[in-house]
Amino acid sequence: MTNTADAIRDGLTEAAKKDPAVIFLAEGVTDPTAVFGTIKDLPKHVAPERIIEMPVAENGLCGVAIGAAMMGKRPVISFHRVEFALLAMEQMVNNAAKAHYISRGRHRVPLVLRLVVGRGWGQGPEHSQSLETMFALVPGLKVLMPTYPRDAKGMIISAVEDDNPVIVIEHRWVHYVQGQVPAGYYTEPLDGPREVHKGKDLTIVATSYMTLEAVRAAEQLETVGVSAAVFDLRVVRPLLLDRIFDSVAKTGRLLTIDTGYRKFGIGAEIVSEVVGNCFAKLKAAPVRIGLPDHPTPSSRGLVPGIYPDAARIVREAGAQLGLAHDKIEGAVRELEAKRKGLPVDVPDPFFKGPF
Amino acid sequence: MTDLSETRAVAPLKLLREMLYIRLVEESIAARYGEQEMRCPVHLSVGQEATAVGVCQALRVTDRVFSTHRCHAHYLAKGGDLKAMLAEIYGKSAGCIGGRGGSMHLADPAKGMIASVPIVASSIPLAVGSALQAKIDGQDHVTVAFIGDASIEEGVFHESANFASLRKLPVIFVCENNLYSVYTNIRERQPGRPLTNVAVAHDLHAASADGNDVEAVLRSTQEAVARARSGEGPTFLQFDTYRWREHCGPNFDNQLGYRTVDEYEEWHAKDPIELTRRKLRALKMLAESDESRMTQEIESEIDAAFAYAKAAALPEPSQASQFVYAGR
Repeated sequence: MTNTADAIRDGLTEAAKKDPAVIFLAEGVTDPTAVFGTIKDLPKHVAPERIIEMPVAENGLCGVAIGAAMMGKRPVISFHRVEFALLAMEQMVNNAAKAHYISRGRHRVPLVLRLVVGRGWGQGPEHSQSLETMFALVPGLKVLMPTYPRDAKGMIISAVEDDNPVIVIEHRWVHYVQGQVPAGYYTEPLDGPREVHKGKDLTIVATSYMTLEAVRAAEQLETVGVSAAVFDLRVVRPLLLDRIFDSVAKTGRLLTIDTGYRKFGIGAEIVSEVVGNCFAKLKAAPVRIGLPDHPTPSSRGLVPGIYPDAARIVREAGAQLGLAHDKIEGAVRELEAKRKGLPVDVPDPFFKGPF
Repeated sequence: MTDLSETRAVAPLKLLREMLYIRLVEESIAARYGEQEMRCPVHLSVGQEATAVGVCQALRVTDRVFSTHRCHAHYLAKGGDLKAMLAEIYGKSAGCIGGRGGSMHLADPAKGMIASVPIVASSIPLAVGSALQAKIDGQDHVTVAFIGDASIEEGVFHESANFASLRKLPVIFVCENNLYSVYTNIRERQPGRPLTNVAVAHDLHAASADGNDVEAVLRSTQEAVARARSGEGPTFLQFDTYRWREHCGPNFDNQLGYRTVDEYEEWHAKDPIELTRRKLRALKMLAESDESRMTQEIESEIDAAFAYAKAAALPEPSQASQFVYAGR
């Protein structure tokens, strides 16, 4: 059994062992905590000149990595929180995303940028943002959000192998997810959503940590006779939704839940595509679940109600399906009982798996 | 120990020809811009030829240059193909990047002209990354980042300079100080300290020379190249010079009043080409007939290149969606 953080480390280690062009640059690349343990022990496998400590200079670091990538290196860089990438947007948007396009393919930018979304223990408004749609807006970038360890290892290796700039967004709580992970080098195709829970009454599309809440909700919905399919989106850009269209064509119902803001979020894009492709098959208006339209505060007194969870999904799904109120609330009460009064700002052990 | 074996003289006549070539290309663009067939912004380098030529004559073809929006002179000085440059400005398929970038994105990687990026200072970290790759792989290529005076106001310059200095990377920051960011004089943007002080604060080796004296530029750059190749790290070079025409476009714009005619005349009198011409004449190395023959040769090459660019085909609209992603 391996958690997602260790799976990412294994993937990066395998990729670096296989290809000497892989280099690592980060603020704290050599510090004892090793980016939440995700690059721990790399120096045992990789020559020291390939592990480069960076000054605290996000835009510069990104640009340096892009320049090295244009000249044949395969840099893997990381920031401990997504928010630091805002300082590097200029390089990502102008250079990483466009060097191949502008040069008619003469330049390639095989770069991996790892960003971590924080949550819990009072992370607050600037340590917990889920800004993947900002990156997903830009053609030329790829954006991944792995959830499960097996996917995470194969996807991070695919990201390193990819000749494009790939942004890998890791929710901090997802790092703890446990699962079986194959040994050695393997790639997971970056080919779109994976169905992680089968169902025929409702299609739920989720990203990252919210996939775990969605699966929990789907299991609870089973107790009231609802069969919900849950897809882990995994790849935000390029957005490949054929599997979602196929599922909605059968269920006629769509619910999206992701870790970012509801407005202008991933859900908006998915709903729009699904409506355009499956309009005649829809039995009800699709539902989007996301963060409310304000920043996320630090205090545990302010946090309740901000993060959507399995209970919220059960309620929204129940309403969409026209289930009796008592039935839904009974299911919600059961979910809440399982949480046993845990504080709102620590991970619920349910999601540690194994999955 | 710095290996100075490359610090050899380049024939002054060659330097003159290179500068004249750039001048005549830029003047030809200015003369034809009104035809409205070059349908992209152009930032001409007239008046700034000595820096481009002096720097690039100190480089090997395998050395790398990253430039800015004002990249025509750098592209040509590094050996970029004129026909492909003009075709690019005309938006043609035969352009150096197929009409995808226009005048501000000129590149000819085979000649070491790696990329031009029009956002101020944006190409600086790319150049440092190129130098990092060369150092890791044990190659002796030197990378030059051409920057303007405004670049050193950008944070990413400092981020890049700090890292290049820390890692002793083989990169040269060539600052062409033409005193203006668009219409704003450097006095209104920076305190009156020498620009090289900023570089020294990052522990870069720093030097400055007359940016209109092509031989002085060449010598300074040769020293910086020698230091970079010997593993002694990066250099910041400041060359003061002057853009004669408007920031963007084919015209003169002294009537706008953001700079004085006196100031313009003062710099015009320091024309880098005239300076070299006078030196060569004094040394009896340049007869009037030599120069008119040189001019004729260049002009006929330019005319042919314009004819080529104008006759070339536009790219197809369907090509606009190509090359967004690299395949393996």
